[in-house]
Amino acid sequence: MGNIALSTPEVPVPTRGLDRKQTWLERLRKGDEALHLITFAGGWSIIVITALLVQHLWVYSRLARHAFGWHFLFTSTWDPVNGLFGAWPFVYGTIVTSILALAIAIPIGLGSAIFLAELAPRSLSNGLTFLIELLAAVPSVIYGLVGIFLLIPVLSTAMPYFQKVFGWLPIFQGTFYGVSYFSAAVVLAIMVVPFIVSISREVLLAVPISQREAMMALGATKWEVTWKTVVPYARQGIMGSIFLSLARALGETMAVTMVIGNVAQVSTSLLAPGYTIAAVIANEFTEATGDLYLHALIELGLVLFAVTMIINALARLLMLTMKGHEVAA
Amino acid sequence: MIRRLLALALITTASAFAQPISLTGAGSTFAYPLYSSWASQYQKLHSNVEVNYQSIGSGGGIRQLIAGTVDFGATDGPMTDQQLTEAQQKRGTAILHFPTALGADVPAYNIAGVNTELKFTPAALAGIYLGKITKWNDAEIQKANPGVKLPNAGIIVVHRSDGSGTTYCWVDYLSKVSAEWKSKIGVGTSVNWPVGLGGKGNEGVSGLIRRLPNSIGYIELIYAIQNHIQYGDVQNSSGKFVKADLNTVTEAAAGATKTMPADFRVSITNSPGAQAYPISTYTWLLIPEKLSDQTKAKALKAFLQWALTDGQRYTTPLAYAPLPRVVVQKELQQMKKLQY
Repeated sequence: MGNIALSTPEVPVPTRGLDRKQTWLERLRKGDEALHLITFAGGWSIIVITALLVQHLWVYSRLARHAFGWHFLFTSTWDPVNGLFGAWPFVYGTIVTSILALAIAIPIGLGSAIFLAELAPRSLSNGLTFLIELLAAVPSVIYGLVGIFLLIPVLSTAMPYFQKVFGWLPIFQGTFYGVSYFSAAVVLAIMVVPFIVSISREVLLAVPISQREAMMALGATKWEVTWKTVVPYARQGIMGSIFLSLARALGETMAVTMVIGNVAQVSTSLLAPGYTIAAVIANEFTEATGDLYLHALIELGLVLFAVTMIINALARLLMLTMKGHEVAA
Repeated sequence: MIRRLLALALITTASAFAQPISLTGAGSTFAYPLYSSWASQYQKLHSNVEVNYQSIGSGGGIRQLIAGTVDFGATDGPMTDQQLTEAQQKRGTAILHFPTALGADVPAYNIAGVNTELKFTPAALAGIYLGKITKWNDAEIQKANPGVKLPNAGIIVVHRSDGSGTTYCWVDYLSKVSAEWKSKIGVGTSVNWPVGLGGKGNEGVSGLIRRLPNSIGYIELIYAIQNHIQYGDVQNSSGKFVKADLNTVTEAAAGATKTMPADFRVSITNSPGAQAYPISTYTWLLIPEKLSDQTKAKALKAFLQWALTDGQRYTTPLAYAPLPRVVVQKELQQMKKLQY
């Protein structure tokens, strides 16, 4: 809303010799007002669309909301035949796979972005960036197929050795069928890395050269310049790329449903099969007969919306505290 | 240039006058290959009738039909009484079921060191899917396969993750042969599975089976035939082990005709008959008894008539089992109920 103030500036605008305020019509003709209206409508449309979305989800989930109340979130039975619906296994699966995917993708993505922006020769950097941006345009079903035919066989071969070393951890116990939270998280990580790399590289490149020169003049090494000046300067943009990745990971459907196993259960082990909100909606929506069933699926959409908002808010909070911490240090 | 544009405009207007009758339907994905083949064959015979069929799933088909956004629906599981009442209230017309073809589910498996066709008793299948039978060398499986050396390995169960008529047929069968399944799990396009991994679509299920040793899952007969997937025999209600093919599936429908209700809403799983394959199902077209647009209604009726008679010869090439003659006769009788 702050941008409204910008269009009625206190500073007098040069009026080509006319010493009076322009009328609304004049401003409209000269394009100022038109631009204002267009951007204003654009900005508001986002809010309106979001509000309509929530309203629609809210109205069409009423039967499920009335039937289960808050229990919907915390029960684990999903039984369409007997009309019992609980969302917990899906919520759990969505959060676990997304967080794990980001944990894998952030170091890799940020690492490659720094390499491409700061260390690699420009020609190599441009070539590689082109390839990475191509990856971002690959449809998710292709990633699902890669997951099934390439990743899962590799993981299945490697898993016994991995479990010998880390099998004592509760998160790596149990039989590995290939389809699991872990496989889904790895596929998601591969999917979101291009987002992190291409956006982060752009913002790193946009850091003013004067910042680097100042640091260099103080005798900093190349690494110190990168890590202590360039990256903190670009932090906002990097965080933006991570939020975008998080949103994609939370909402990804096709690739996840192909590799997660689609079992409505909650397991501590990351190697167990699970389910996510987006996957169950995609799987069951078309064949959902009965109003309560349909409303329960729509309520899942509402829950996904809320989960996305909460995780985003938490991530932003984390960023704020990090900032505060650094200033204090 | 202008002359060309004029000619074009003339052609468009002319074709607009000879407007084709467009029939819209939606529903079953299982029957989609058949219905789209029917649509194109029928248009060759009647160039003015255009049948648009969208395979949005049986549940979606029923919803669209009740909402009145489509002229006809298609489903793999019959509509419930409640849905029929709802349609009556909202559209002011009864909905009639017309079986159009037959399909079946087959058990496919991947067991290390076993390449023969296995035989499954109803108790074995129910036990496996209830999580009661957990090893391949369980006595219930072994006794039906005397010559086969089954491994002492855990069974990995695979089912469909997406709501599906295939699942409906499979669990409908299980609940007929197992009282425990009926009371604990029940019948639906998606159920609360006691055990197993979910694969999306036939391709997802067969992919999991292929990759996981010692697994078992159910897939559509058509899919198994077209992709040359080996599958097991199932013991039918007369105690014979029957391999699913188009003949044994049609047998299952024939076996169930005696008990066929007047509205055709019948499950033919576990039906009587020595050669009947027990996990078979009809797929239905859902036709409103009354339609406001009379031109459309007449075209729909003619299309249905054709599909049930001449159209039946397109079933076998697509690996659907054709309807038994008796059933076609009964359906043609039923068509008289259509009020157009």
